[in-house]
Amino acid sequence: MLELKSLHKSYKMGSNYLHVLKGINFKVNEGELVAIMGSSGSGKSTLLNILGMLDSADKGSYFLDKIEIKNLDETKAAKYRNEFLGFVFQSFNLINYKNAVENVALPLYYRGISRKKRQTEALNFLQKVGLSNWSTHLPSELSGGQKQRVAIARALVSNPKVLLADEPTGALDSKTSNEVMSIIQKINNEGKTILVVTHEEEIAKMCKRVVKLKDGLIIEDKYIKQKLL
Amino acid sequence: MFSRDTWVEIFQTISKNKLRTFLSGFTVALGIFIFVVLFGFGNGLKNQFKEFFLDDATNVLTIFPGTTSKPFMGFKSKRQIRFENSDLSGIKENFTFFLENISPRITRYAQVTYKLESNNYRTKGVSPSEQFFEKNIVTNGRYINSNDVKNKEKYAVIGRLVVQDLFKPNENPVGKFINIDSSVFKVIGVFKDLGGDNEERVVVIPYTTRQLIEKNNSYVDQIRVSYKRELGYIGGIGFENKLKIFLKEKKYIDPTDTKGIFIRNVSKELKQNQDFSTVLQYIITFVGIGTLIAGVIGISNIMVFVVKERTKELGIRKALGATPNSVIGTILIESIFITTIFGYIGMFGGIILLNSLGSTLAENYFIKDPFINFSTAVFATIILIIFGAVAGYIPAKRASKIKPIIALRDE
Repeated sequence: MLELKSLHKSYKMGSNYLHVLKGINFKVNEGELVAIMGSSGSGKSTLLNILGMLDSADKGSYFLDKIEIKNLDETKAAKYRNEFLGFVFQSFNLINYKNAVENVALPLYYRGISRKKRQTEALNFLQKVGLSNWSTHLPSELSGGQKQRVAIARALVSNPKVLLADEPTGALDSKTSNEVMSIIQKINNEGKTILVVTHEEEIAKMCKRVVKLKDGLIIEDKYIKQKLL
Repeated sequence: MFSRDTWVEIFQTISKNKLRTFLSGFTVALGIFIFVVLFGFGNGLKNQFKEFFLDDATNVLTIFPGTTSKPFMGFKSKRQIRFENSDLSGIKENFTFFLENISPRITRYAQVTYKLESNNYRTKGVSPSEQFFEKNIVTNGRYINSNDVKNKEKYAVIGRLVVQDLFKPNENPVGKFINIDSSVFKVIGVFKDLGGDNEERVVVIPYTTRQLIEKNNSYVDQIRVSYKRELGYIGGIGFENKLKIFLKEKKYIDPTDTKGIFIRNVSKELKQNQDFSTVLQYIITFVGIGTLIAGVIGISNIMVFVVKERTKELGIRKALGATPNSVIGTILIESIFITTIFGYIGMFGGIILLNSLGSTLAENYFIKDPFINFSTAVFATIILIIFGAVAGYIPAKRASKIKPIIALRDE
């Protein structure tokens, strides 16, 4: 489903180059639930950005569903993001003047799907995350856990091949964290490929595979026994 | 780009950000409003200047006698100059090339009586050309003619308001007899004049008749001449100078004496006024364009701010699949939409204000019937919209280049 081959990335910091990713080889099969772990500075966010086509690699190759992702212009990157990927962020990143269902429907708008269909699809996915009663509420009227669930519904609505979650529980208490993770597990069990970036062992244990990054290299990659919620 | 969804998106952003929308719209509306009003005021000033000259022909010179300030050829200084009939005929004979019409004028105030009604009016002893100079319009009967002048007829042509004052409504004054002081005159015509009430409370009689009443003398107060229009403005100045020389010689006035004879040249005054109002119009246009530019800068400022404020939102949208073009499109259409709506509000506001003013400012500020051509107003508004779009495009372009990772980075 997703394959990285000797991926390198460095950033220019003044006159020096900061080598962030020093050759990542990494393969994810369909239906996996992978936790990417690492302390800050390990390169895990950079890796996720490259996976999410929000940033491009300097060297190496990236295949997503057998399509090589390279030399993307902004328009094409936007199209691929819309079709292949769903994002869940630590800070939810909902649009604050749109209500829940409008937020969820947004990726479909950029795909050019008719209004009616967007609405039904969005409501569908809100129901999936258990928020069908909150569809007309603004983000400001929702709790943190609810916001993250809206964000997950939004990430799923376009039926992406891969769901990328960047510290999805980072801003949540442990109870709501578990709620969110149980939804992620449920989606994964339905067959969705999911990558979760986290620094919490607790969260990593809820995944099926843990990849540890340190100083731009993968130091550990193992399948674990998933802690089901 | 112009689907219903685009508009739904735009209306949503507008209605959720009312203050922002109002502020940017207000800048635009104010810019256009001030432009329209200023431009209209400029036109109003021009109107007023035109008005000053509307009731008189413009190719006219009026010659006034003065008092000499220098002794000349045995005459002492401070001699009062008086024009006579021979001066009239002298001008007629010597200036056939220039001359179109000529009329003397002897102005006297007199008691005019018809039956029991009586009032004081200005009477003018003139020749038939006076009708041309004053642009009098005969509404009834006829004006005085050259036979009346030759025969020193006691005929009078009276102004519209004289008729109103002295005659009963529906009474035809033509053919009736009136007393001017102690002489009886027959009314042969009624005229109206666009120059205001003052010009319609006048009684016109042949100048020879006035001279006859005044012991059959041959003096006239002033002489008015008009020159052929094809001579133009420069020809008029030439005529003025030649006349001065001719009359000074005829009246034994030192050629260097500036006080003996005065000539008022209407076209010269008109030209000065027109030049003035043209300059004024330029200044006003300049200020107006400045206002427009200020409006454009206002919009672009607000757009920069809007994009800054929406950085995160645009980042989210881009992460969800918004293309750079759709980002530019949304911002641009929104900005054009706001500019168009508020631009036209400002424009119509300005036009309504101008129309409601009418001539209320004419009395004190010399602004009469200010107006702006509808097309000028629309043109200015469209210019503002176009520049507003350009001003919006630059920040929109910048917004489209926002990297989602940077926009989404947690503060």
